[in-house]
Amino acid sequence: MSRTTTDLLYLVTIVTFILALRFLSSPKRARQGNLLGAAGMGLAIAVTLAQDGLGNYVWIGIAMAIGAVIGVVGARSVKMTAMPQMVALFNGVGGGAVALIALAEFHNLTPLPGELAVDESVPILLSALIGSISFSGSLIAFAKLQELLSGRPIVYSGQQFVNGAVLLAGLAVGALIVAGTEGDVLVMALILAALVFGVLFVLPIGGADMPVVISLLNAFTGLAASAAGFLLHNNVLIVAGALVGASGTLLTLLMGRAMNRSIGNVLFGAFGSVQAGAGPAALEDGRSVRSTTPEDLAIMLNFARKVVFVPGYGLAVAQAQHDVRALAEQLEAKGVSVLYGIHPVAGRMPGHMNVLLAEANVPYEQLKEMDEINPELPQTDVVVVLGANDVVNPAARSDPGSPIYGMPIIDVDRAASVVVVKRSLSPGFAGIDNPLFYDPKTSMLFADAKKALEDVGAALKAL
Amino acid sequence: MNETLVFELTILALAIFLGIEVIAKVPTMLHTPLMSGTNAIHGIVLVGAILVAGRAEADRLTTVVGFCAVALGTANVVGGFVVTDRMLEMFKQRGPRRPE
Repeated sequence: MSRTTTDLLYLVTIVTFILALRFLSSPKRARQGNLLGAAGMGLAIAVTLAQDGLGNYVWIGIAMAIGAVIGVVGARSVKMTAMPQMVALFNGVGGGAVALIALAEFHNLTPLPGELAVDESVPILLSALIGSISFSGSLIAFAKLQELLSGRPIVYSGQQFVNGAVLLAGLAVGALIVAGTEGDVLVMALILAALVFGVLFVLPIGGADMPVVISLLNAFTGLAASAAGFLLHNNVLIVAGALVGASGTLLTLLMGRAMNRSIGNVLFGAFGSVQAGAGPAALEDGRSVRSTTPEDLAIMLNFARKVVFVPGYGLAVAQAQHDVRALAEQLEAKGVSVLYGIHPVAGRMPGHMNVLLAEANVPYEQLKEMDEINPELPQTDVVVVLGANDVVNPAARSDPGSPIYGMPIIDVDRAASVVVVKRSLSPGFAGIDNPLFYDPKTSMLFADAKKALEDVGAALKAL
Repeated sequence: MNETLVFELTILALAIFLGIEVIAKVPTMLHTPLMSGTNAIHGIVLVGAILVAGRAEADRLTTVVGFCAVALGTANVVGGFVVTDRMLEMFKQRGPRRPE
């Protein structure tokens, strides 16, 4: 197939990718869009394989078979609660592929010393650097989300200095490559430095900040793909990479805004490590907590007209999304109106709660974003907070001394009564004390979310 | 600066603006599928990996590195699209089963 034909067909792929993203603006057409994007991808792969002068088909076939098996098995078996780490993993392998492409291209382009032009060396540098950071960073994010590593920020003194030094070393090697020094070992050194940097860079970021990190790494892989497009003079890589880069960047900014924190603070602030000690001390100032039972909660819900559930990551951990839907259906059968209030950073990746509740067949019309649910709360009889903490913490509104002051929250304390389902009084991921628990209209149901919802459902049936 | 580079930079700039426009319209509810969908889209690096791995003049290093890149890229593409499809399927089922 000639280069012109190839490029024309790549253009078709580009169009399918853009349409795939456009169709994502409504849940009804989103699935078609994804299938269209997949078809476009299939076309691009077929076209590439049919290109003139391509060889090594056996090896390519074997590699594709291996990759496809890994991809299908991983994607089919992953639980919806584990979606963030799966996305992190697929994101990482994409970044890794880009770094390897950079290495191979460098090796190919430099049989003769001093021949590498700047418009080749700079893309090599960028794809090796960004691809590798994305690869190792994503693996660490995966390990944290999968709880192979502690979700708490891992910090040590001089950390920023070490990170900076590693990055500088990588960039210095990069500068050597651009300046015209050649040798595969240089690109390997660059990749190694970038891999180390990726690890160091994600380690100090706490589990609750993972939505930001995953979004950012997503943008990185996109940009790395674009850089590889410049290297291979391939438009479809440039455009697809730019689309992903734009998406990841937008989501990163959105997540930062939803937490009222700058991206710099998220990435370098090691949030959650500093205040960890402050929580328990603050608990001993004589405030009292009212605890309740599943039976009492069932009675409250039974006599309510309007109930709002506010889910958080605790719901995902307890795998309780099906139980909350079952309880909601019981309530609706009794004529209670049920809504769900979803904070943008609830869960471990953007939109994670929506996916979990969709999995449990919750009609998406009942899922309300923060800005939609807040005006409804003053007319709500009972709010049930399920494994959420910081996103309903009124200190964000009232206490300028709180680390989360200024973060937009779901104003559950404006409802007539609040029930917090939580395993213990321990502060949330960020280790911040929550005055909501001591509010006179709040009662605490100390239990695992799944168990609690089952018990409430049973009690409701018995009424 | 050669012509190709300028042309490619133009494409890049336009694609970034287009991406921002299109993605700003995606509702919060679909942000996880958006992320996994874009994840699948950057699997397009597989095309680059195939080009590198399939070079006729490939020596051992290129073959090995290319092989790994193709495997990683394929996992990215296949896993990305399958996972996104699984998620979007759940959203699609939701008809007006119950009027609110």
